[in-house]
Amino acid sequence: MIALFFRDLKLSVRAGGGAMIGVLFFMTVVSVIPFGVGPDLNLLARIGAAILWIGALLASLLGLDRLFQGEREDGSLDLMLMHETPLVLTVFVKCAAHWAATGLPLVVASPFLGLFMNMDELAIGATMLTLLAGTPAITFIGAVGAAVAVALPRGGLLVSILVLPLAIPVLIFGVSAVYAAIEDPAPFLPPFMILMAITLFFAVIGPVAAAAALRHSAD
Amino acid sequence: MNEISLAIRKFSDLANPTRFLALADRVLPWFAALTVLFFAAGLWLSFTTEGDYQQGETVRIMYVHVPSAWLSMMCYTVMAISALGTLVWRHPLADVSARAAAPIGASFTFLALVTGSLWGKPMWGTWWVWDARLTSVFVLFLMYLGLMALNRAMDDPARSARVSAVLVLVGFVNIPIIKFSVEWWNTLHQPASVMRLDGPTIDPEFLWPLIVMAVGFTLLFFTLHIAAMRNEIWRRRVTSLRRQAARNAGRESLAP
Amino acid sequence: MRLLVESLSARRGEDLIFHDISFVLATGEALVVTGPNGSGKSTLLRVLAGLLQAESGRVSLKDGPSGVEHPRELSHYLGHRNAMKRELTVAENLSFWRRFLGNSPGGSGIDLAAAAAAVGLAGIIHLPFGYLSAGQQRRMAMAKLLVAYRPIWILDEPTAALDAGADRLFAGLVAGHLERGGMVIAATHQSLGIGQAKTLQMTGFAH
Repeated sequence: MIALFFRDLKLSVRAGGGAMIGVLFFMTVVSVIPFGVGPDLNLLARIGAAILWIGALLASLLGLDRLFQGEREDGSLDLMLMHETPLVLTVFVKCAAHWAATGLPLVVASPFLGLFMNMDELAIGATMLTLLAGTPAITFIGAVGAAVAVALPRGGLLVSILVLPLAIPVLIFGVSAVYAAIEDPAPFLPPFMILMAITLFFAVIGPVAAAAALRHSAD
Repeated sequence: MNEISLAIRKFSDLANPTRFLALADRVLPWFAALTVLFFAAGLWLSFTTEGDYQQGETVRIMYVHVPSAWLSMMCYTVMAISALGTLVWRHPLADVSARAAAPIGASFTFLALVTGSLWGKPMWGTWWVWDARLTSVFVLFLMYLGLMALNRAMDDPARSARVSAVLVLVGFVNIPIIKFSVEWWNTLHQPASVMRLDGPTIDPEFLWPLIVMAVGFTLLFFTLHIAAMRNEIWRRRVTSLRRQAARNAGRESLAP
Repeated sequence: MRLLVESLSARRGEDLIFHDISFVLATGEALVVTGPNGSGKSTLLRVLAGLLQAESGRVSLKDGPSGVEHPRELSHYLGHRNAMKRELTVAENLSFWRRFLGNSPGGSGIDLAAAAAAVGLAGIIHLPFGYLSAGQQRRMAMAKLLVAYRPIWILDEPTAALDAGADRLFAGLVAGHLERGGMVIAATHQSLGIGQAKTLQMTGFAH
């Protein structure tokens, strides 16, 4: 399983891998927002956390469709399906590697983009923390969509459409935890705890559902 | 003098990568030594001249910020000329040059953004504003990163060369926008004070260290660029040697 | 150990692909599945590998190691595609599969360099898989059969991209595997050059 983790990491860092593209997309999405809403620093500071979260959500959806499609195209998926290791575990490890290659760089990049949004230190810290806790959930949800769409020729867009509605709770609690951290009366912990609960919940449900979908997608 | 005439004579048949490698080996130590010299002088000047009476010590950031901002634009210009070289003259080294320049340009742009940010915090009270100059430099940075991603995504250099050359030329429209942004839009970033038709408006106290640093940075760019081109040529040779090895491996083993 | 296949049938969508296939395969035996295109050779192999559900009938093991529920856990499957990544080197690909698959009880895989030598491609395992020609890629995919031990090999058109020399080399690999007490089930158009092999003629359904 460790072998699988490092192989997937290597693949995403090698030429043609998606690790760098995700961060680049994140930066691009976030940096076009001020062109749309205008360069008012106070406004940007107020909506900055939400923009970062939406940007991270879209960026982490970007490479998800390749999660199983690449394996299917070269036949590796067949071998993984045959293997006696629980398929759930294989899917979980693949998700973990995918998150480490695409989700983690987003978390690392978020403080710099936070500066662009004129957010203060507390808001940047809170955004980074909630992204760290919340982006794995998006990957796990996305694994289900990727598994369902694995056999489709143009699965990429479909995965985004399937996954976005399911990822809305993550967005809601991620953003509300950030706002709770910067606006005094609201407590930070309850929404943050719910966010972590969502991540843990999907860390279990996501691989199970994805494994089931993969088993039935074989033909 | 001998060096220069040699360089001119060889520029025409630089198309041969082997000649380029020989030339690079000869000029690199000189460029590196000159870079070190100018940087030593520039840094000494930067730290011994007096600070500005308004900005205090922070004005010294300028000696890094301004040259790297110049270089970020010059590097893109070099890439655009290389792109023309790829598309129009089909010079085989033009693609190598464009490819090698992208990471260097991205680094200088990043340096300009970071030093600008560090300078902006005490001066303007914020790390970043969405002002025309800053935004267009940031867009330039994104373009560099995008080109690097494109170069990485296509493993066959022969195919990616033309595609990225087209993109480089299209992206070149950003350079005049950056240059004149501070004059077209009246924004927070101060207008140019050195490169002006009516002579520099900057105090000579700051001008000298700035010029020395700018020359140092330019030399640094050429040192890095030639070294990166050499590495790129070597990288391509290694790749083709490895493909050759893969082709040969089958033949000898199958001989009965 | 014996592989038992009893009155197996499979369908894809609405179409019945094959019907009532039975055979028994003991250790050291090979089965060559022949038949025209569309006769269901690949489908049969995928059912045997546990990748497709059979419509009826069953596949089981007699006297196999304990704790094995389905023969697929003891099988290598080499399909039309090589299951190797172009971006990674051959060595990285092979060592990944070696570690991921592990050995079945009763044997152990040989090391990477020896496996590459066995398919006649020693000395290029440090190259990216994508640099290799189609035939070389296929042979490296066969090296994958050697690095992790599995008693049953299920091979779908293993020699499709290979020239005559590589064909002989592959026949040698199969013969060696059978001598060590393995089983081979292969679908093929050409003869595999295996001496005593059972054959199963797939006819398909006349429509």
